[in-house]
Amino acid sequence: MTVNRAVVTGGSVRRRKRRALRDRLLPIVGPLILIGLWWLTSATGILNAKLVPAPGPTLVTTWNALLHGTMLHDLVQTLIRVLYAFAFAAGIGVPLGILIGANERVYRSIEFLVDFFRSTPSTAMFPLFMLMFGLGEEGKIALAAFAAFLIIVFNVAYGVLHARKTRILAARSMGASSLRIFSDIIFLETLPQTFVGLRAGVSVALVVVVVAEMFIGGVDGMGHRIMEDQYSYNLKDMYGSLIVSGAFGYGLNYLFLLIERHFVHWAGR
Amino acid sequence: MSSGALELAPLPRAVGAAPDEADVPRGIRIRGLTKEFDNGYVYRDFDLDLHDGEFISIFGPNGCGKSTLINLISGLAPIDSGEVLYNGKPIGQTKVSYVFQNYRDALFPWMRAISNIQYPLKLLHLDKKTRDRRVEALLAEFDVRIDLQRYPYELSGGQQQTVSILRALITDPEVLFLDEPFSALDFEMTLFIREKLQEVFLQTGTTMLLVSHDLEEAVYLADQVLLLTKRPTRVAEILGYDDPRPRTVETLSEPSFIATKKLSLEIFQREVRR
Repeated sequence: MTVNRAVVTGGSVRRRKRRALRDRLLPIVGPLILIGLWWLTSATGILNAKLVPAPGPTLVTTWNALLHGTMLHDLVQTLIRVLYAFAFAAGIGVPLGILIGANERVYRSIEFLVDFFRSTPSTAMFPLFMLMFGLGEEGKIALAAFAAFLIIVFNVAYGVLHARKTRILAARSMGASSLRIFSDIIFLETLPQTFVGLRAGVSVALVVVVVAEMFIGGVDGMGHRIMEDQYSYNLKDMYGSLIVSGAFGYGLNYLFLLIERHFVHWAGR
Repeated sequence: MSSGALELAPLPRAVGAAPDEADVPRGIRIRGLTKEFDNGYVYRDFDLDLHDGEFISIFGPNGCGKSTLINLISGLAPIDSGEVLYNGKPIGQTKVSYVFQNYRDALFPWMRAISNIQYPLKLLHLDKKTRDRRVEALLAEFDVRIDLQRYPYELSGGQQQTVSILRALITDPEVLFLDEPFSALDFEMTLFIREKLQEVFLQTGTTMLLVSHDLEEAVYLADQVLLLTKRPTRVAEILGYDDPRPRTVETLSEPSFIATKKLSLEIFQREVRR
């Protein structure tokens, strides 16, 4: 009886371990299915090879373009623009958001304006920013920074406005000055919401930079590359650029998530 | 007020010399306290005198403004008019501490427990060495067995509330306000912290004002039970209760305890029905 039970337990432990391993592989199931479908439809000719090249050659082309070609350069250029835009957006957006959120009356009087510009498609501002900042780097970066700034400022201001009052009261009851309450309590209290804004902001900055590279004159960047590929009918490289851009955006978001988990370890606990 | 047990140099008191000790009335003196909310007066020309160095439990009908009272006299919320004096000094010159009902919202989750306890000392601009010494002395005194290197969210509810109470005590306050500090805790932890609180009171003699919704607890801990009426709130009665400390489980079956509790309940019921 005892022996039997031991055997059963051992088996179930092994089964549970196997299931845990399987569960960890679940996230790659979706991508595998997609690539499988891509391969299948290409091989059977369902997909027009003139519009969608097969996965194998696409991946080989991408690999070569990254290692020996110019794709890495384009990627780095896009990254630099995104980081510049993000630095401006965060550098102005976080302090300004704190100032706006600190005073409910200021917040209420600016809320509509921020909401309005946030709802305006930032790409519609292209011509305006081209006029103001020209066709060079400044225009692209300024536009991306503006779009990210709006999201960051809104999230930070919202976070400050809705900071839990008890902690502020607690600090005040200990005799903390307003400045102290700001730097020690409200800033940190708002940090989880600030990170929500920063993460959304960097995603938007990437979108705007890539679109700006497509339409505002330039010689490099992933947006520029994708557009060039389409003009010259270099479809394998275009699909490859799409996949790399996607992976890049995902990686950027994930990096911010890691930073967030490190700095805002208390969020949601 | 003595805190000799800490055996440390007293912390710098708030600025403003205390008026001449002799002719100043000791204790908390509230005159003409008035506070109006959107739905009417909570306090209107409210007068109250409380003794120095006593444990005062505040009990009354729901919504009568028990918490509001300690918020107003502790300076946490502004008063419309009136005067509150502590041994003759206004609240701004008196060192008070406050323990909140919701420890989860009152502790700073980005700081380790130890830094939470030290934070009020940091606000007093004390250097790290002094802060450390003071925390050590406090911990030794109350025999705290909590890993203070942890973050608040890693501690149990009772441990978190213990940390909040330590944080409130670290400045050696003249008055300690406690707003239903047990109501978010399970029974076991309530008993534990209640005993700790009694211990703190016995050792430091700090004036304590406890808002409670548990009559037994209110009487058990109190020198004076302050019973309030419905709004606009007045003092229904102040009952003295002077059984010797430390009080224990046996206290709960003492005739004097039972009588005080019964009388409190009668006054409470009279006020609720009124």
